[in-house]
Amino acid sequence: MSIIKIENLSFAYDRQKILEDINLSVEDKDFLAIIGPNGGGKSTLLKLILGINPVQKGSIETFGTKPQKNLSKIGYVPQNTNVNTDFPIKVIEVVMMGHIGTKRPLFGYAKEEIMCAMGALSQVGMEKFANNKIGDLSGGQRQRVMIARALCAHPQILILDEPTSSIDVDGQKQIYELLELLNKTITIIVVSHDISVILEFANKVVHINKRLTQHMITKKEKSSHFCEVELFNKLKGNSC
Amino acid sequence: MLEALSYEFVQNALIAGLLVSLASGIIGSLIVVNRMVFLAGGIAHTAYGGIGMAVFFGFPIFLGASLFAVVAALIIAFITFHHRNRMDTFIGLMWAVGMALGVVLIDLTPGYNVDLMSYLFGSILAVSHEDLYYMGTLLGIIIFIMLFWYRDILAVSYDSEYATLRGINVKFFYTLILILSALTVVVAIKVVGLILVIALLTIPVYIAEKLSNTLYMMMILSGVFSSLFTLCGLWFSYSFDIASGASIILISALSLFLFLLINKLRLV
Repeated sequence: MSIIKIENLSFAYDRQKILEDINLSVEDKDFLAIIGPNGGGKSTLLKLILGINPVQKGSIETFGTKPQKNLSKIGYVPQNTNVNTDFPIKVIEVVMMGHIGTKRPLFGYAKEEIMCAMGALSQVGMEKFANNKIGDLSGGQRQRVMIARALCAHPQILILDEPTSSIDVDGQKQIYELLELLNKTITIIVVSHDISVILEFANKVVHINKRLTQHMITKKEKSSHFCEVELFNKLKGNSC
Repeated sequence: MLEALSYEFVQNALIAGLLVSLASGIIGSLIVVNRMVFLAGGIAHTAYGGIGMAVFFGFPIFLGASLFAVVAALIIAFITFHHRNRMDTFIGLMWAVGMALGVVLIDLTPGYNVDLMSYLFGSILAVSHEDLYYMGTLLGIIIFIMLFWYRDILAVSYDSEYATLRGINVKFFYTLILILSALTVVVAIKVVGLILVIALLTIPVYIAEKLSNTLYMMMILSGVFSSLFTLCGLWFSYSFDIASGASIILISALSLFLFLLINKLRLV
């Protein structure tokens, strides 16, 4: 059964069409990569799946219901995690924002919440930094903290918007290895520009530029050398 | 100096200075991390319209100014949610119209000529017992709200989009922060005046931000610095017989300068 099902979805800001007639289904434990040009509608599609943007035309179902009902089942790592680095906040506090507001104590945080957040931090290998100020971390470390925040609510789908755009090469590799590990238990959806990296890990690639083109990655393609231009050509060829 | 402490108006001034410093430390931190300094400036100047109305219709100044400032805060919240790109224009407009309204209403008030300067630059030596109760109550409310909703306010201030995703009502908390800012600005007007309010809400806060790992630490440190500056400023003002509001701000600015200088030297 598909855990995300999108049918004939269109979306426009004012009169400008962003997405047109999108059809997509995501299965449990998929590793889906979304690529495409800037302004092509990738982030908009994520926001529709998350229920931040309202559905205008067509339908989106996550876990068989409206996206707004699945706040805790979907973890989200937003695009730019380098903003607000002056903000006086500790790593552990950022992670605890991931808790959904149930079972909360009258004041402050419950012990289980702190334990759970520490667990998420150790999942991404950042437990030593729990009491550091978020602004003192490197871009890659901060990104892992944001992943821990998303993992805090034990999601079944993890959605990342350009997770490696402002990180050095080593940091990027670590992030993708972490995602590969997480993919053993949960579904991963990544918006990315790093096509060559994505190919190593993703089992499905879609190209979005207003319209969507899908491409399954077979084992053979994974192991053989595959260049970015070829992939683009393949995706473009499908769309016509 | 010590004999001055036996005067009631000096005691009141000291208590008022402390209460307002603690409130502005907490709220100033929220204003700075939410990048709302310009909004707070708009509210402070719009509140002058409320002072004018209170004088004209003869009801308590704090009440008039608070009501007016809260309405200004609600309008700013509305503009933020619906016309964000034109916000600076609208706030500039409210800023000027509020001031103009205040000036005209005070002019129209028969017989009684309020000293405009005391509202522009503060009149901490004229604090009454009622004023102190009002300030104390406000500080109590602020502390209670912070304890009760700290994690929500933290989430909304740090990453409002993510807070929305976690089911937090971002608009409610944003509006709440603006309303508390409005009320704090009004009591701070009494201490340093509406022109200098922004300095009290930002200078101690800026120093505290550099020294803090957490938002609550920043609030506490801001409150402590703000209190120190206010007490030093008052002592300065008493010793050299100069305006209290301006002394407090100059002491704060001087401390900020020293702080930056020391930081710079430490890095070299």
